[in-house]
Amino acid sequence: MKNLIDILDLSLDEIFDLIQTAIKIKDNPVNYLEKCKHKKMATLFFEPSTRTRLSFEAAMYELGGNVIGFSEAQSSSSSKGESVADTARVVSCYSDIIVMRHPKEGAPVVASMNASVPVINAGDGGHNHPTQTLTDLLTIYLEKRRLDSFTIGFCGDLKFGRTVHSLISTLCRHKNVKMIFVSPEHLRLPGYAVLNYIDKNHIEYVETNDLDSIIPKLDILYMTRLQRERFSNIQCSSSMDNPYILTLDRLKNAKKDLCVMHPLPRVNEIERLVDSDSRACYFKQVLNGKYIRMALILKLLEIE
Amino acid sequence: MCRTKRIENGIVIDHVSPGKGLELYNLLKLNHTDCPTIIIKNVDSRKMGKKDMIKICDIEHINLDIIGYFSSDITVNIIQNQKISKIRNIDLPEYIKNVLYCKNINCITSVEPEIDHIFKLVNRKNKKYACVYCDNIE
Repeated sequence: MKNLIDILDLSLDEIFDLIQTAIKIKDNPVNYLEKCKHKKMATLFFEPSTRTRLSFEAAMYELGGNVIGFSEAQSSSSSKGESVADTARVVSCYSDIIVMRHPKEGAPVVASMNASVPVINAGDGGHNHPTQTLTDLLTIYLEKRRLDSFTIGFCGDLKFGRTVHSLISTLCRHKNVKMIFVSPEHLRLPGYAVLNYIDKNHIEYVETNDLDSIIPKLDILYMTRLQRERFSNIQCSSSMDNPYILTLDRLKNAKKDLCVMHPLPRVNEIERLVDSDSRACYFKQVLNGKYIRMALILKLLEIE
Repeated sequence: MCRTKRIENGIVIDHVSPGKGLELYNLLKLNHTDCPTIIIKNVDSRKMGKKDMIKICDIEHINLDIIGYFSSDITVNIIQNQKISKIRNIDLPEYIKNVLYCKNINCITSVEPEIDHIFKLVNRKNKKYACVYCDNIE
């Protein structure tokens, strides 16, 4: 494995290995403090991001490495008209590994075709976000001790939510996973996601706009925010009010061991009172994200 | 009945849908070769009623992968000494470059025009190709 562009670049065995490494790091972080000494990670963020960039940077620092890069397109040569391909070639000369976020879908693929060092996709438009998916998988594994045989509900913006697309694509490879998609009509899963992943793998799924009726069936509830920055004006005007706000009242009918996840940032889709409920796992997810990214950096740099 | 002279050596692309010969000629970038090439339009065909043909002289090796995407009815005959020496099997190519163009306005190809538009075969049965960058299916 040289790059991580799409979660499907990883086999199930490779994902399992990454999860095991992340758990080892989580249990004994001191053992990994100098693993990436003298290594440099370039974070090329052509689109603003707080938690993903900080998570990668924290991961690299905790491995003893260094970080260079930029956090918005205006700070990069792309503002002067440089292509993604040229940026990747240039940055390869300065760093051992590249982490890229870009508003355009497929930009990390172009980078990986031109870079001479490993490239990690840290989110490309509404397309893929594989390290968030690894984070989600580690969280599910830690909470459920398995990655198969459960019912998961995805709720909110399923059209533009790249974390949802990536998680669906990999869960389709696991046995006995049932999916329930809860969203307004105009924010349902895009055709290519359904066509490519769900239908192809004969996954049992339901699409609905009624969150309350499906909550009791769920082992995992994956909430997402409405990605208003990606809406057209028409979508925006019809979606200003989020009909899917998770409240303690709504959780009354949920299973006691439900795992509520959210890739964050949260806007208003989970009320603050839910945070103290034992079923809220979204802040654990954040910490898990750092450990799985540490495991990924080690793997791509081929460091044992 | 319109007949053309047999070629001595080369490639005959037969059973092209009538009126599509020139389009295929352009897709195969035959204007970039200096080989004598004949495009025949709307000739009688027992199999198709009417058909187009392309005869390319003095050439054996040319990238014909795109033909499978263009039409599954087309036959390709390699000619040596005026006789068919080999019939090339035509299949859908795994990848096609700069034939389909990604229409996804959020794809990186929409803002960086120098990037090749590459599509990967994702469903052979339904002849579906996906953009290798954004996965958009054409």
